[in-house]
Amino acid sequence: MVRRLPKKDVVIIGLGWTGSIMANELTDEGLDVIAIERGPWRAAPTDFPPTYIQDELRYRIRHELFLRPDQTTFTFRNKMDQTALPIRTWGAFMPPNGVGGGGVHWNAETFRFLPSDFVVKTHLTQRYGASFLPQDITIQDWGVTYDDLEPHYDQFEYLCGTSGTAGNVRGKIMEGGNPFEGARSRPYPTPAQPQPFSHTLFAKAARDLGYKPFPQPSGNLSQAYTNPLGVRMGPCTYCGFCEWFGCANYSKASPQTTILPVLIRKQNFSFRDNSEVLHINTDGSGTRATGVTFVDTSGQEWEQPADLVILSAFTVFNVQLLLLSKIGKPYDPVANTGVIGRNYTHQTISTVNGFFDKDKYIFNPFISSGSIGMCIDEFNGDNFDHGPHGFVGGGYMGQVQTGGRPIQSTLVPPGTPAWGTKWKQAVRDNYLSTVIPGTGVHGSFYSYRDVYLDLDPTYKDRLGRPLMRITMDFHENEIKQNAFLTDKFAEIIKAMGAREIAKHPRTAPYDITQYQTTHVCGGAIMGDDRPTSAVNRYLQHWDVPNLFVLGASAFPQNAGYNPTGTVCALAYWSAAAIRNQYLKKPGPLVDA
Amino acid sequence: MHFRRRDLLAGTALFVLGGRPSRATLISGQIPWEPDAGNPPQPVTPGGWHFFTASEGSTIEAIADRIIPPDPETPGGKDSGCAVFVDRQLAGPYGHNGGLYNKPPFHKGSKEQGPQSEKGLAQTYRDSLAALDRYCRATYSGKSFADLSDSDKDAVLTALESGKAKLESADGAAFVKQLITDIQTGFFADPIYGGNRDMVAWKMIGFPGARYNYLDWVHRHNQRYPLPPVSLQGRAEWTPKNG
Amino acid sequence: MLSRAAASITLLASALLSLAVPSFAGTTTDGQEFSQVERGRYLARAADCTACHTAPGAAQPFAGGRGIETPFGTITTPNITPDLETGIGAWTDDEFDNAMRKGIRPDGSRLYPAMPYTSYTKMSRDDVMAIRAYLNTLTPVHHEVTVNTLPFPFNIRLVMRVWNALYFNPGEFKPDTSKSAAWNRGAYLVEGPAHCSVCHTPKSALGGDKTSQYMRGANLQSWFAPDITNDEVSGLGRWSAEDITAYLKSGHNKITAATGPMAEEIQHSSSQMTDSDLAAIATYLKSLPGRQTSAPQPVAANDPAMVAGQAIYRDQCSACHGLDGRGIPQLFPSLAESPMVRSSDPTSLVRILLRGAQSLATKAEPTSPGMPSYAWQLDDAQAAAVLTYIRNAWTPAAPPVTPKDVDRVRSDRETRTN
Repeated sequence: MVRRLPKKDVVIIGLGWTGSIMANELTDEGLDVIAIERGPWRAAPTDFPPTYIQDELRYRIRHELFLRPDQTTFTFRNKMDQTALPIRTWGAFMPPNGVGGGGVHWNAETFRFLPSDFVVKTHLTQRYGASFLPQDITIQDWGVTYDDLEPHYDQFEYLCGTSGTAGNVRGKIMEGGNPFEGARSRPYPTPAQPQPFSHTLFAKAARDLGYKPFPQPSGNLSQAYTNPLGVRMGPCTYCGFCEWFGCANYSKASPQTTILPVLIRKQNFSFRDNSEVLHINTDGSGTRATGVTFVDTSGQEWEQPADLVILSAFTVFNVQLLLLSKIGKPYDPVANTGVIGRNYTHQTISTVNGFFDKDKYIFNPFISSGSIGMCIDEFNGDNFDHGPHGFVGGGYMGQVQTGGRPIQSTLVPPGTPAWGTKWKQAVRDNYLSTVIPGTGVHGSFYSYRDVYLDLDPTYKDRLGRPLMRITMDFHENEIKQNAFLTDKFAEIIKAMGAREIAKHPRTAPYDITQYQTTHVCGGAIMGDDRPTSAVNRYLQHWDVPNLFVLGASAFPQNAGYNPTGTVCALAYWSAAAIRNQYLKKPGPLVDA
Repeated sequence: MHFRRRDLLAGTALFVLGGRPSRATLISGQIPWEPDAGNPPQPVTPGGWHFFTASEGSTIEAIADRIIPPDPETPGGKDSGCAVFVDRQLAGPYGHNGGLYNKPPFHKGSKEQGPQSEKGLAQTYRDSLAALDRYCRATYSGKSFADLSDSDKDAVLTALESGKAKLESADGAAFVKQLITDIQTGFFADPIYGGNRDMVAWKMIGFPGARYNYLDWVHRHNQRYPLPPVSLQGRAEWTPKNG
Repeated sequence: MLSRAAASITLLASALLSLAVPSFAGTTTDGQEFSQVERGRYLARAADCTACHTAPGAAQPFAGGRGIETPFGTITTPNITPDLETGIGAWTDDEFDNAMRKGIRPDGSRLYPAMPYTSYTKMSRDDVMAIRAYLNTLTPVHHEVTVNTLPFPFNIRLVMRVWNALYFNPGEFKPDTSKSAAWNRGAYLVEGPAHCSVCHTPKSALGGDKTSQYMRGANLQSWFAPDITNDEVSGLGRWSAEDITAYLKSGHNKITAATGPMAEEIQHSSSQMTDSDLAAIATYLKSLPGRQTSAPQPVAANDPAMVAGQAIYRDQCSACHGLDGRGIPQLFPSLAESPMVRSSDPTSLVRILLRGAQSLATKAEPTSPGMPSYAWQLDDAQAAAVLTYIRNAWTPAAPPVTPKDVDRVRSDRETRTN
């Protein structure tokens, strides 16, 4: 039997980045806020201390900080005519679980999208003509502009203490920064992190080739910092155990290190961990959310009534909950109707590894951080003329190697046997002199009609609910984009002085076993056009005005950057709309 | 509360949610904390096999020494403990699809859809080792893998890896791939898990191990990092050398 | 376990209480005097009544029932809400004053000095009445507490008369006219309501203050309350007055962070005192000369413990405390500069290393970073080595820590709560 809890003003589903940001904003308004988090509480001294977090096997290979597939997973197929099968062990992306969400174990790469990214449909159509765009592409404008979001990007960067070198401050192009970036109102709160050897060498090679390399904007701080909430962080010590791991010494921006110490002290805030929301409840009309039902680890179901529901459970779980709660019209790719599940995207990733002369190069790859790196943006977005190339989109590229953890960083040159004496010798000879950028080419992934999410007809989770089904494959556009970018990247790696390189461009079909970042986006997209979006420009659900859906689920397509900066800027933007408009007059914020 | 050691990867217990006792109570007011909190890894206990039979163990040791042959500078797979590593891993959640989605129906899909086997790795190893044994005895006049000369061992592994030879009722190519992965993982993992004994692999490549502060070395480009490796259990220099 | 004598006293006391008149009879407190109540609340905070009289996790404060560990056994604190039957609602003002400033209960029996009447004696009657006025405004909580819980012979309160003769100096605080007003205010607070001496002055075998070693640090079974005199080596000699006030206000300063019992004190008491009172306390503490011995010669860098300790420090501790030992101001304690690191008794150091620690969160300093537990990673020799290292790598030095010191705390923690 479901037991009813006392009503709160706000219930927040998922206490990751967006949940924490929204909780802090709304508690500042005096609202009584409760957050329900599926996973456990976690923090540095008790869960990722410097005594044992440096464990590649446990955290990178065995995925200990992530969701367990037996708690919930997805099914996957490339094409609609296939039968989707369960993702029985994670591969292509790593769903988070626990307080802090992905903010605990991300790299902290903190990019902004380009101004053109927010109006990509209009922009590309204007520049290249509608017939230049691939058939079946479903990209759309976001309904917000870069200028709308700029103050909120700034807000997030100053919350985190992001370390970087500004490239464009109020229209003035600054030496050493990214000349392509949208204008920012002020520089980064802390200076860029000093770069280790191979990253510095990449920048030199890029510069010699005529590019303008810049340091990757980093949430691993270059110095001690106190954020506007009064929370303090320390300097990153380059441990080389960043993404996949929690930070042991308070130097990686996360909800725990930037917001939660203040939030948790507020009398009008509380949260429950290890409690999974089963569905969002709506009233008879289906136009008003009344709260959520969740289950705790004893199996007891609880109802948490609230006046305002914030769905901030990470991209794929947002969409899954909307589908399971029957909120919004599910997307039908054949009829091309409905919105929940459409425009699902990922990231187009590739790399080029470089093998250098061991007698001339000692890279010490273990000295690194999650967002270290020198990048170039010449081939991102529409920063270059796509006319001759026959594709749209692009990405940044850079030597962004985040560590030298040996299980995954003992690569051997092409042609070396995979085992035996020659293998062992090659490992010995190459470990210190190999450049392994990782997500070296970080390209956009535009949206297509046949790439989407819906509910699986066969497979269920441990509670008997249908798993969500992912139908995803690469389109020719992204493969072409990536081939072009990978070749450009290879030139720079070679120019660094590599003895030989190994190119690994992205190829179709999309493979659910190969890790390609956890930047899964879309499925509950934002827009100005009601028939083709799930939420409006303030991330308010079109059908249920007291429900807001935060996260990369709002992205109509993914750009050529890591999404978290934009995810959190949107969360602040949405929070501002709730504080300044919605609370004064609850109801739809946009007429459509 | 109390100090918990979890047998997470050392053999017995299944994964638990994040390693913390499940609570699901309301949290407010202050950051939750307890003394002695944490979920440190349980070191592998040396001696004996927890999963393999004696003969399976010998076979794995022999395979490990071909995947990573011994040389004058660095021990091979066997002496560095890689077979122990694999044994302890298979005895634990890793061998039994711990934490994975194991619900039916099981259908073989495309390569891109990932593994769809109901059988866990432990059983796969058992079946494949048995099939390997039958193959060796049939091909090499009754000799088991461990009895073969080094070059014959290599020939067997190469033939199976390429698909030129097949195992009956087991996927030989997949098995060799799995062996390479698991043995090399054990070679480079922290010694607490049984392989990389005495950090020999890390010494071989120059990886300084489980360190956390390189601030004084970030700017020292192209210079050999001088400090020895340290594991999650420390290093010899941590113990005072009295007398 | 009650002795017969104590049992009959308790019975008599309860009988008296049940016949008692309502709380406001014969009182000089005025329930309507708002400023007296406010002053009383402030003084109750300075005296930190809640630290002892509120049980952990209790829904309502001041209802007693908290076990106070002493070398002689555990004493359970009484209910000091104005409940007529189970609290002090029926006490007269004189009875309350006698308890606070003389350690005498209404039935004439003696309180144990776990109740710091030895410090509260310095308060004026006005101050005590203000506290009474505040306590009278609390919600009465019906909570019966069995107060006599010490084992024989300590449960015989007659023993206390002898103890008081040896150790109790009754009498109000007398200002020193040769000192500033701030010094006198600080002296009053420290010696009176804040009763710092109860923890920070070492005790004789009978539990009385060793007055010649005033505030030089004391072992509290599982913690060592450090030297808070102005001693250059082991005390606050290298702290500025601002360092002291920042610490008392927020739990953090540029050198160190509060954890354990002091974090509790700051949370409930000093963080809620005025800035000028905290400055006065700092003035007073900085005037206490301390033992003024010079620091010992540092343990040689090639001593096996130092060599091992340096390796451990480099590999582990430097992640937060820095390669130079100076931590990060307001975030990670500076071991190089912390007087607590140089305590004569390393109990707190060992405890923090083995069990981990969470530093205090206050409004001024919400971050509350924590230190992980090292019990599983370091054996006794290794723990002793790294602690010896941090006490001798930077000046001033302090005596080495031995594996025995570590073992004592390590095995101690099995049987104690935090």
